[in-house]
Amino acid sequence: MNINFSAFISGLIFGIGLVIAQMTNPGKVLAFLDVAGNWDPSLALVMAAALVTLGFLQRLIHKPAEQVQDSDLQTCVTPKAKIDEKLIIGSAVFGIGWGLSGFCPGPALISLTSGLAGSYVFVGAMFIGFFVFNFLHRGR
Amino acid sequence: MTYLTVVSALGGGVLIGLAAAVLLFFNNRTAGISGIAAGILPPWQQGGGWRLWFLAGLIISAPFWKLLGGSVMIQIDAPLVVLALAGLLVGYGTRLGGGCTSGHGICGNARLSVRSIVATLTFMTTAGITVFLVRHVA
Repeated sequence: MNINFSAFISGLIFGIGLVIAQMTNPGKVLAFLDVAGNWDPSLALVMAAALVTLGFLQRLIHKPAEQVQDSDLQTCVTPKAKIDEKLIIGSAVFGIGWGLSGFCPGPALISLTSGLAGSYVFVGAMFIGFFVFNFLHRGR
Repeated sequence: MTYLTVVSALGGGVLIGLAAAVLLFFNNRTAGISGIAAGILPPWQQGGGWRLWFLAGLIISAPFWKLLGGSVMIQIDAPLVVLALAGLLVGYGTRLGGGCTSGHGICGNARLSVRSIVATLTFMTTAGITVFLVRHVA
């Protein structure tokens, strides 16, 4: 299959999955993260179902880590890659942003078609964040 | 949780896992959305056109779902200033940490990558603490 077409189909299915699971609704995501409040555990089910599905299909597909190309995620698909301060600090910073907004990157991009100002502001700032990282860490 | 919530959560999760498997099978790629999105900015790599196609599919998914008769609920409560700060933190943090909820949370964890498990526990914890501080302390 043409790799652009398969990428498009993957993005579309991924997005529909996020929409159905209501991961695209920051109000719902924050209710999941609010363990001390009126906790909504359903997003844990989303993750569990996704992990089981991918885990099962991955066994059928059988792609060794070396075959998976991804400049920065290579370190995640390789089981023995080391844990460094970048991983911890980056993930911690991401979590703070996620907790403040209820948006992680996928749902934020999907929310663009809602026409809400908050969606544009978040996505614009997120791309500035990507750009700042690329700028500071270029030539790595 | 109502019955419908459980069904939609499980159904949505299955589709997310399926989508990641499609990208892995046909493109040899990890469905890490922060990495795919950041990859459309310079410095560009050769052969990155598929990223735009993935993002196009992702972005039209909500209107497409509505067209099929589904509903899309998006409720944003945070003020714009907070959203701007949050966006910066999410953009920079996901790049520094090498992944987000999709790359680490789904793909990396499904491969039982220790890095991804540590990343997921870290961002879940700081997100939970942040929500606690915003909702119950501030």
